[in-house]
Amino acid sequence: MKHCNAFIIGGSAGSLDVLLKVLPSLDLLLSFPIIIVLHRKPGTDNVLTGLLSSKTKLPVKEVEEKEKINRSTIYIAPSDYHLLIENNKTFSLDASEKVNFSRPSIDVIFQSAAEVYREDLVCLLLSGSNNDGIEGLKKVKENGGMAIIQNPLSAAVSYMPQQAALHVNIDEVLEIEDIAPYINQLSK
Amino acid sequence: MNLDSTEKSDEQIEILLSDALEIYGYDFTGYSRASLKRRIMRLYVLDQFVSFAEFRYKVRTEPGYFKRFLEQITINVTEMFRDPEFYKTLRKEVLPKLGTYPFIRIWVAGCSTGEEAYSISILLKELNFLKKSLIYATDINSTVLEKAAQAMIPLSKMKQYSENYIASGGSENFSDYYAANYSLARLNDDVKAKIVFSTHNLVSENSFNEFQLILCRNVIIYFDRQLQTKVFELFDNSLEKFGYLALGSKETLDFSTISKNYKKLDSAKIWQKIR
Repeated sequence: MKHCNAFIIGGSAGSLDVLLKVLPSLDLLLSFPIIIVLHRKPGTDNVLTGLLSSKTKLPVKEVEEKEKINRSTIYIAPSDYHLLIENNKTFSLDASEKVNFSRPSIDVIFQSAAEVYREDLVCLLLSGSNNDGIEGLKKVKENGGMAIIQNPLSAAVSYMPQQAALHVNIDEVLEIEDIAPYINQLSK
Repeated sequence: MNLDSTEKSDEQIEILLSDALEIYGYDFTGYSRASLKRRIMRLYVLDQFVSFAEFRYKVRTEPGYFKRFLEQITINVTEMFRDPEFYKTLRKEVLPKLGTYPFIRIWVAGCSTGEEAYSISILLKELNFLKKSLIYATDINSTVLEKAAQAMIPLSKMKQYSENYIASGGSENFSDYYAANYSLARLNDDVKAKIVFSTHNLVSENSFNEFQLILCRNVIIYFDRQLQTKVFELFDNSLEKFGYLALGSKETLDFSTISKNYKKLDSAKIWQKIR
């Protein structure tokens, strides 16, 4: 079975509903962190963190710069910053130019994590209407990690996972109800 | 740079950083690596190098190219009135206190192309303190400072800045602060009059004055904890008692050695020096 040291979820339009359905079914002890990067408007951070933490007993927290990454914790990328991971498994924030019209960009976190976690990384791309995440998933695959997408057919906005399916050698295509069980079975 | 080997590219980054220090005296060794590596890789692709050796040779031997290297690996993204709530706190709480002093000295450290210094200048003008104020705006990168001094901003950005200004509690007509010149907005001379732009490297240079307010926002996120500590000590040495230190919305003084001497305001990432 796949060994997982970090599970990263990237999402854009139509992804929040997916997360609200997935979070309640997650096990409370996970052998890895879950890191979530969602496109959204600046200044809405507290609302999102509050909303997500109301759906799970797992600790949900917005990333602070230089924070150590712990297992069994859900981390949310703050709005208006790119999120990166250092070799020593701490977070870095970066306020540089938008990538794919997005900050945080899903490509940036996927690419950064791919170099640090290598084959022990699993990345999931959810619903959305732009190309963010595709280059990142390629990098994840190059480094031996796993690339998963939400089924474009049942995604609220199919474009983003569909583009991933067209351009990346995807390992799994999941329905919303299959996501939480999938994450749980990766834990040991 | 060999894209399929992370260890190798990490090593190559370290080689470039020691070159920068040894040949040009710029010390990036205390910078967080993830972001720095991303910038360097980006430049490598952008300038279409075919080998690390070629890239390194150009950086080492061509000062003109090193200038580009410096510009590209440091981050120069900024906005006027970024985080409007922060500017609201400056306007309502911090600047009125500073207004009781006969003379106000402010340091914008890591000012990039100057948008933050110009925002402060506008606040001071509206509070009628600008005449007795001086804003020192510094950056490591001389190219962005030249741009900052011109005070020309793409007109396309002014809509966003105007919205930020209003959200920060501004009630004047924002468009009165600039004149449209083709695709550029040229800020009025009185907005520029009290700003001094100068190079300063937070990593290697000392304190150069005492201030009542230091702003350093979204700069220390690129530094490791050790360098952050060093920079905080520099700020502490440059701040008068009861002066203020303002950081970016995701930055904190909490882990530093100087934090015991500071009290955070409730409403923003602003700390007052209390002892």
